[in-house]
Amino acid sequence: MDHATTPARADLPAPTPTSPEGTPMRWNTLTARAALLALVPVVALLPLPDFWITQLNYIGLYSLVVLGLVLLTGIGGLTSFGQAAFVGIGAYTSAYLTLNAGLSPWVTLFIGLAITGVSALLIGWITLRMSGHYLPLATIAWGLSLYYLLGNLDALGKYDGLLDVPGLSLLGWDLGSGRPFFVLTWIVVLMGAFALLNLLDSRTGRAIRSLRTGSQMAEAMGIDTLRHKIGIFLIAALFASISGWLLAHFQRTVNPSPFGLKMGIEYLFMAVLGGAGHVWGAITGALLTKVLEDQLQVLLPKLIGTSGSYETIVFGIVLVAVLKYLPDGLWSTVDRFRPRKPRATGWQDAARLPERAKPAHGDVVLDVRKIRKQFGGLTAVNDISFSVQAGQIVGLIGPNGAGKSTTFNLITGVLGLTSGEVTFRGQAIGGLSSREIAQRGMSRTFQHVKMIPDMTVLENVALGAHLRGDKGALSAMLRIDREEEQRLLHEAAHQLQRIGMGEMMHEMAGNLAMGPQRLLEIARALCSDPALLLLDEPAAGLRHKEKQALAAVLRQLRGEGMSILLVEHDMDLVMDVCDRLVVMEFGTHLMEGTPAEVQQSPKVRAAYLGTEH
Amino acid sequence: MDFSIASILMLDGVTNGAIYALLGLATVLVFTVTRVIFIPQGEFVAYGALTLAILQTGQVPGTVWLLLCLAVLAGLMEAASAWQRHHHPLPALKALARTLLVPAVLAAITLWAAPRQFPLLVQALLSVGLVTAFGPLIYRVAYQSLADASTLVLLIVSVGVHFAMTGLALLFFGAEGFRNPAFWDERFQLGALALSGQAVIILLASLALIVLLWLFFERTLYGKALRATAVNRLGARLMAISSHTAGQLTLAMAALIGALSGLLIGPTTTVFYDSGFLIGLKGFVAAVIGGLASYPAAAVGALFVGLVEAFGSFWASAFKEVIVFTLILPILLWRSLASGHSGDEH
Repeated sequence: MDHATTPARADLPAPTPTSPEGTPMRWNTLTARAALLALVPVVALLPLPDFWITQLNYIGLYSLVVLGLVLLTGIGGLTSFGQAAFVGIGAYTSAYLTLNAGLSPWVTLFIGLAITGVSALLIGWITLRMSGHYLPLATIAWGLSLYYLLGNLDALGKYDGLLDVPGLSLLGWDLGSGRPFFVLTWIVVLMGAFALLNLLDSRTGRAIRSLRTGSQMAEAMGIDTLRHKIGIFLIAALFASISGWLLAHFQRTVNPSPFGLKMGIEYLFMAVLGGAGHVWGAITGALLTKVLEDQLQVLLPKLIGTSGSYETIVFGIVLVAVLKYLPDGLWSTVDRFRPRKPRATGWQDAARLPERAKPAHGDVVLDVRKIRKQFGGLTAVNDISFSVQAGQIVGLIGPNGAGKSTTFNLITGVLGLTSGEVTFRGQAIGGLSSREIAQRGMSRTFQHVKMIPDMTVLENVALGAHLRGDKGALSAMLRIDREEEQRLLHEAAHQLQRIGMGEMMHEMAGNLAMGPQRLLEIARALCSDPALLLLDEPAAGLRHKEKQALAAVLRQLRGEGMSILLVEHDMDLVMDVCDRLVVMEFGTHLMEGTPAEVQQSPKVRAAYLGTEH
Repeated sequence: MDFSIASILMLDGVTNGAIYALLGLATVLVFTVTRVIFIPQGEFVAYGALTLAILQTGQVPGTVWLLLCLAVLAGLMEAASAWQRHHHPLPALKALARTLLVPAVLAAITLWAAPRQFPLLVQALLSVGLVTAFGPLIYRVAYQSLADASTLVLLIVSVGVHFAMTGLALLFFGAEGFRNPAFWDERFQLGALALSGQAVIILLASLALIVLLWLFFERTLYGKALRATAVNRLGARLMAISSHTAGQLTLAMAALIGALSGLLIGPTTTVFYDSGFLIGLKGFVAAVIGGLASYPAAAVGALFVGLVEAFGSFWASAFKEVIVFTLILPILLWRSLASGHSGDEH
């Protein structure tokens, strides 16, 4: 969803500046979570009617599926109508194997997960290479065909399904129904929710949260967007599969009807209603939908006079209305009133990240030889050559339409070269993707600022350090990534302080003015420990004071040995900070020299102001 | 399988394929102009067929009341936005009347005509008219204020509209299925192949509609305006082409195509309130073959889907739907390999 907001922040720590390694904040989060978990058996002991417990069991099963959809839809900006089919795979696998192979449900759970995982990887790998709407389309077809397949296979009992599925038990305890099943389900749901919250607040989580804003920035930060998209689709499918496993052993029977497309759409309805951008929105949505459905199934046939699934009318209308009038879902109305505490700064003692070897002062960092880009008959960049030496700021200037941005995109791998060579630190990088170029130590900013408005400045900047960590989704969910995480955040905080933005690190990036936004992008690029920094019109849209601050930062970076290639329109800035200038006109190389030489050049004046005839 | 069975299956596949082609074209049309992936396309098919079926019995179809409810809702929304602009009751009332006019006239004609049992063709015309009027109203009520939302949001809205329309069809038409009389009862014997008059009508009507659509887009100002909107919505708006009008016109055309498809298949199969969904989705698979962008590729894809379905139902009738819908995966694989990884900014 476009307007999905920050995921729930239940686990964001309280400010405890004096804490070593952030232990007290861990303590806080852990207590809150332990309390929630402890609440589950307490609820089971309450004298609630059995009917309520059964309803709560179903709500738990739905919540588990919707949690996956929140990650996929609200956070990742993708969606699936086929989650019910994954529930079906989990349910049927376990039912069939416990009945026919005599396996324990605790074994079949993992077989179900494996089959679900393979299907999800296949569907994801096929569809996610294309634009975003092919995944939901494929999952519609997938949901339909799996439903008809289950309903027509003799071995699976056709539309009657499989009966007498055994219940769950653990060490002689019967967990198969009622209150024991309630405790099991809700502990699984809460653990799932905590795992997602952990994931979102991690290196992989930041990468996932960057998917929604398009792939260009993420790829330039070295994030493999395809892999992360497939990853969240896989995680969502696995959540659904666990729900199916629980469902099969709770109902003691499986048949195709709860795994059809209608249910797949209902899961998405729950996510949208509760709030697809919030982990707790999943449980809210599942709860409200179940209650609403029960009420409507009693009320509507009475009103209308005949029975039938009339509740779909209300569901349909509510779905459209929520998207129109409350796009963040119902949980967002609660979330608004929750206090937001700044993240605890527990990283002061974290070790610094290792830095790559930098080129010696004066070495050629970037060598561009006769690069050319043709779009059909138009030659946008015509055999341009120049080089950047370590410790220099080189400016690429020229009138509008001179081909500066195209040149920039050719160097950074956003566009492919028609011909020519780009050599970076002695290695040919022509034809590499922007992600591969980022891995080699070139980092960039964007002409139109690309950041995640609903992440803090610190988190946005930490995105730049993505390639300097290697902890994945699983270690994030289990929270065994904290040591590396503190080092990444330490680096991000350090880079923010380096360019004078330390005060703003806990601000939401979307609240920043244009000047700080540009600086944020520079800090993010610095976070990747680059050997060359490419800045695409960093002064565009800045006020005079902001430009002065920018110039000061650039001079400071050069003083620290950084090499910078700058594409810029603002002549004051360019003449002020650059060591050398490359002037382009109509895609060709016009001249090269020091700012003073360029200012003197009649050719350049003619290019900018026209000639006297 | 011998030649005669194969030719019967081919004919069956091509006839169904022709219907899927129409629905696939409508899907491509709606997507290119409005970016809406229009899941409820099939609902118009059921609405068209069932409206005609109920007119046949001499009763007033539920479509009339549904249309009036929707028109009042859309009219009130129009009136509210007119009120917000002008703060004066007159423009608001005008907007209300403008929205209500066509549906009210159609409803009045139907109320008058229904008990009189006019000939089949007149009733067919009336059914198409009624269902076509749904298109712009649905756009106004569900999509118009979300016109700038992402494709994903619009897709989820489509699913909501599909849910509501199916439920309303159950409410207004009942759970009973109907099979309409054929427009042409003649049968032709071409060697071993028996060709029904209805099949001829389906093929000819589909072909005629495709040609008409082509003429509309190539030769008329409205058609060109829609194409301009499809290429660049902002640019079209700056050229004074209202993207709201374009959206409403497009959905009217989608509804028209859907209703006609409903009339065409009505005599060949029993139509229930929810039958449209699967038929529409097969048109959809065809549209996906064309990448949701190419009309000719969608038409070819539709024939392919029809043939696969016909032969699939001969060899493994229980798995007919499984085969047709699983087909989309290899198609998407082929498309994704052909197009390579698109670093799209959506």
